[in-house]
Amino acid sequence: MKNSLFGQGLKAGVSIAIGYFPVALTFGLLAKTSGLSILEATAMSIFVYAGAAQYMSLTLISKGVDPILIVLNTFVVNIRHFLMTAALNEKMQSDKKWIKGIYAFGITDESFSVLATQKEEKIATSFAFGVALIAYSSWVIFTAIGHVIGANLPAFLQAAMSIALYAMFVGLLVPSMRGNRKVVMLALIAATINGFFYWSHLLSTGWSILIATLASSIFVEIIYARRDRGLPKGV
Amino acid sequence: MGAWYWWTLIGMTLVTYIPRAFPLTFLEGKELPPVVSGVLRNIPYAVLGALIFPAILYVQEGHLLFGIIGTVVAFSLAFIFENVMVVVLGTIGVLALYSFIF
Repeated sequence: MKNSLFGQGLKAGVSIAIGYFPVALTFGLLAKTSGLSILEATAMSIFVYAGAAQYMSLTLISKGVDPILIVLNTFVVNIRHFLMTAALNEKMQSDKKWIKGIYAFGITDESFSVLATQKEEKIATSFAFGVALIAYSSWVIFTAIGHVIGANLPAFLQAAMSIALYAMFVGLLVPSMRGNRKVVMLALIAATINGFFYWSHLLSTGWSILIATLASSIFVEIIYARRDRGLPKGV
Repeated sequence: MGAWYWWTLIGMTLVTYIPRAFPLTFLEGKELPPVVSGVLRNIPYAVLGALIFPAILYVQEGHLLFGIIGTVVAFSLAFIFENVMVVVLGTIGVLALYSFIF
């Protein structure tokens, strides 16, 4: 059974791997034009493994920004993962801390979304490893390939593939919204708050997503706690 | 780059890994108050809303229509098929056709 859960995880992670393909390819190319060697670029994807932060660091590196500021910026961009892994912990099968510490490395916006929207009450460790592994492999391999060959996809295809990760988020969200007003409210309120921060330029993207998510989750919880206390678990 | 690059990379690695690993390891086996776990159970759906909007509109800089078409197609496919792969590949397909023609 263990193997097949791992296999199911790989399968569930394929859409992430597809979505990472153009993003990693472009990162590899940009890293090259920013002056990073293939080793330096691929090492960043291997060790840091965080799309938005990696892109941002390229901009900062090419501007000659102080390394301490680059690290600080990385932290700010990625602090939302704290919220995600805290949420994920509620849904994950109980396991040894060091094992959880390994797959924790593979938690991104995308792998979190895939794992957290699974229908099962509890998610098996091996399933999480499957999802994380295929996504991570795609990210690392296509970073290296992007550095070697450049983003030589035809422009129209590259443009079309830029939608992939968002299409995946939509594909994960919509089925959960069906007949579930709580999910609809959570998504709509968070999207509205995030839109407000985006257009008002009040917060950077990393903070904006963090605060919009937290505010919506707390607000909706308060409403539902007042209305009825007997809802089944898992929304 | 020089040695500083590798030091920066180590710093970036740590500050990215800690927020990922800390809750999963530290909270293991701990029972949280019902209010807190209620809020945490809401997070996946809230975060999806925030990740999608408004960024989906701006996937192609200076080309809002592209994002709008992508949004409409992705939501339509998701409502009809409820399958992530169909949504991802279908939306890429429609947008590829669109940017190939225009």
